[in-house]
Amino acid sequence: MGLLDKYKILLDTAKSADILDLQVAEQEGVLQIRGTAPNADVKNKLWDIYNQIDPNFLSGDVVMNVDVSSAIVGSEVRVITESTNLNIRKGPGTDQPIVGKAAKDEVITLISRANDQWWLVRTRDGEEGYCYAQYLEPIG
Amino acid sequence: MLNTKMELEMIKKGRSTWSAILLALLLTGSIVACKSKVSDANLQAKVETVTAGSPNVVVGVAEGVVTLTGTVATEEEKTSLGEAAKNADANNVKSVVNELIVEQAPIQTNLDDADLITKVIDATKDYPTVNVDVKDGVITVTGNIEQTRVQPLKMALDALNPKKVDMSALAIN
Repeated sequence: MGLLDKYKILLDTAKSADILDLQVAEQEGVLQIRGTAPNADVKNKLWDIYNQIDPNFLSGDVVMNVDVSSAIVGSEVRVITESTNLNIRKGPGTDQPIVGKAAKDEVITLISRANDQWWLVRTRDGEEGYCYAQYLEPIG
Repeated sequence: MLNTKMELEMIKKGRSTWSAILLALLLTGSIVACKSKVSDANLQAKVETVTAGSPNVVVGVAEGVVTLTGTVATEEEKTSLGEAAKNADANNVKSVVNELIVEQAPIQTNLDDADLITKVIDATKDYPTVNVDVKDGVITVTGNIEQTRVQPLKMALDALNPKKVDMSALAIN
């Protein structure tokens, strides 16, 4: 069974979920998926479907990088760490000194997206610095 | 000249009606042939004007039939070029043979292992029981992890645009 068949439900969902700039290509035996979801819910839904088709992602035959378009500058984002506080750092990188912390589920403001991995944020207490984007979920 | 001579003789013989029809047919035939020949070049120029924005598209015209060959980036571009070719001169383009091939630009993956490993280490900093390795754009994950954290880990690694994420040897608790 080809990858396009194996992940048909995932791809059909992506197509019907208004994913912007959806790109799908099978490259070297891996289905590469790119696009921008209108919100975090859509992105999470796609990931849940992917996990259902390939439990625990053991096959390694998909790389899905779906951005969320509501993560715009000035918008609010929620801290979605497992349980711990999220480090706020002076610069974009784990080698940078920690200048503050944001609690799990705390809502902070996205100031700018330095790159895909690191976003500049400000807490309600006025702490400002860079956080790892994977732990931030756009609201709305 | 021979024809005319013959026709004259035919007229003389009182077959003027027949010869007039024959002449009319011959003339019509030559006019159509002549018109089509000129139009092909004209049509090609017209169609090339509307496809100018797509440098890898080749326009061919034969007797009013336009053939589009070459490559485009998307299915939409293929369809719209086909329509544009028809509309370039809707009265004279008989049909459009759309043989354009959609050639998607490959999706970029990060093949710079040094850059990728730095990002992978950042991404897995909070997964102390997980080991990662990067080779030729492929991230290999070993060690062990709690069930609930598998998806966040995979999401974080996929966001780095690797060629592949191999988690087949990762033990899940």
